[in-house]
Amino acid sequence: MSVITKGKVSDVDKLKDIAKKVRINILHMLTKAGSGHTGGSLSAVDVAVAIYFSRMNFNPDDPYWKDRDRFILSKGHAAPLLYAIMAEAGYFPIDVLNNLRKIESPLQGHPCCKSLPGIEVSTGSLGQGLSVANGMALGLRLDNNPARVYCIMGDGEIQEGQVWEAAMTAAHYKIDNLCAVVDSNGLQIDGPVQKVMGIAPIHDKWSAFGWHVIDVDGHNMKDILGALDASEKTKGRPTVLIANTTKGKGVSFFEDKVEYHGITPTPEEYEKAVKEIHNG
Amino acid sequence: MGERENKGQEARGKGQEERKPKATRDEYGEVLLELGKKRSDIVVLDADLSSSTKTGKFAKAFPDRFFNMGIAEQDMIGTAAGLSLAGKVPFASTFAVFETGRAWDQIRLTVCYSNTNVKLVATHGGITVGEDGASHQALEDISLMRSLPNMTVIVPADATETASVINTVSEYKGPVYVRLGRAKVPYVMPDDYRFRIGNAFTFHVGKDVNIIAAGITVATAIKAAEILKKDGIDTGVINMSTIKPLDEKTLLSVARSSKLIITAEEHSIIGGLGGAVCEFLSENHPVPVKRIGIRDTFGCSGNPDDLLKIHGLTPEDMVRTVRKAISLI
Repeated sequence: MSVITKGKVSDVDKLKDIAKKVRINILHMLTKAGSGHTGGSLSAVDVAVAIYFSRMNFNPDDPYWKDRDRFILSKGHAAPLLYAIMAEAGYFPIDVLNNLRKIESPLQGHPCCKSLPGIEVSTGSLGQGLSVANGMALGLRLDNNPARVYCIMGDGEIQEGQVWEAAMTAAHYKIDNLCAVVDSNGLQIDGPVQKVMGIAPIHDKWSAFGWHVIDVDGHNMKDILGALDASEKTKGRPTVLIANTTKGKGVSFFEDKVEYHGITPTPEEYEKAVKEIHNG
Repeated sequence: MGERENKGQEARGKGQEERKPKATRDEYGEVLLELGKKRSDIVVLDADLSSSTKTGKFAKAFPDRFFNMGIAEQDMIGTAAGLSLAGKVPFASTFAVFETGRAWDQIRLTVCYSNTNVKLVATHGGITVGEDGASHQALEDISLMRSLPNMTVIVPADATETASVINTVSEYKGPVYVRLGRAKVPYVMPDDYRFRIGNAFTFHVGKDVNIIAAGITVATAIKAAEILKKDGIDTGVINMSTIKPLDEKTLLSVARSSKLIITAEEHSIIGGLGGAVCEFLSENHPVPVKRIGIRDTFGCSGNPDDLLKIHGLTPEDMVRTVRKAISLI
């Protein structure tokens, strides 16, 4: 059994190396696919890598292993991030990444749990992941299963009303085997989040809903690990990390650019981007 | 197959008519409580309507396995999907209009597309909701659920069938929508009836006309058939309680044996049982079909009997409709 155990990768530099690989694979598959979401995939890399490789118990050979920790990518358009991580974790051979968004590929444009084991639930229509995460966490608790549930949302995504229904539920049922993340990169398709539909103050909103809120530099691996430690120690209420991130992080000419929400690199941009990431 | 064809009106009438009518939601509440005693994997969710949907009985007995989600149907569906992914068998209940309308995209993504083992059991389907009026009368729910891949859609005719349906779907793996009612309905199914997904129950096959019904209209169709029989019109009645997957075999054989098919439902004539029957027959055995149901309009306040009258859903209305339809062919 190749169960990846907790703390297997606790070394910050190693996690940073994995994050680099994941970023390059995201860009590689998006360049090949010619469509997909670049900016929001890159912004959430460091948090997702930290969760997957420093915290989670899972077994790629037995994706439905009942004691596994669960990861839900509620911001489903960042699917390339999830696929790059799963390839790195050993769920499928790396060359499968070449098939992103192709006909009959398990790598659908947005995550599909029925086409790719290891994906916990299908996402893509925003605002739904946290509800599902709550349900999983409640189910695990009923079984006295110590597994934990992680859920990454976007900051634009939390404009969806269902997120706040789920926020109420998690606090009401004192769901503490759950850690949510808001990937706060500040941009959405139509522009800056604050211009499209203001959601500030994010921290205070979650706090008012009864959550333990931790602000974190979403690109500082050490910071992220500290926040994850704190979330595990929090009892009687759910934890959310407000990860302050940069959309397109790691590639200077994509960073903080609204238009790179939904467009992919050209082959030339890809070559340039890979060099930057290697040197970064 | 044999069971499906345990037909004949003689199959009916063994005591069930003497029993007092019972609402299918009341039966649901009782069966769910019994299921909860037998199985620890059954969990129940409700959206602040547990006294009306009757999940309150389960809630009282098993507070740890009952989740009141407040007035938040979208979150309820997602949470139910999550519970099922953790190995539980969730029953999520509220009024049909909120269950299917308010949370349709959640049902689509996290229940149907994710193919999770969630049982959506909605009460207060149709116009017999009564006095609360149009905002609370689901007349489009079957249509909304039927168009979703992976979804099974069931409309029980009475309390006997409801009990069998709930027990059956608790053992079936996959998304299910069960539509129950608020008002009391007479017993029509035989005491020893066993529901099977996708198997219609044939009371009688008519040589002249056959009424395909579901839910409360089954009892109405039986009464209408008795009146028509006196006029020499041999009228069959089929309880098509599984609207998806449709019992195509039974439907085909009934269509072959008569010149006219009538569908009857407490739902819009668009997209429900009538729609399903027409879709199938037009492609496989075109025969004239007349749809009885709500004619592309909203409901309104009133007592259930008055509502059935103004929407043409009484036995007498059904008789008139059948006669008129026969005159056209």
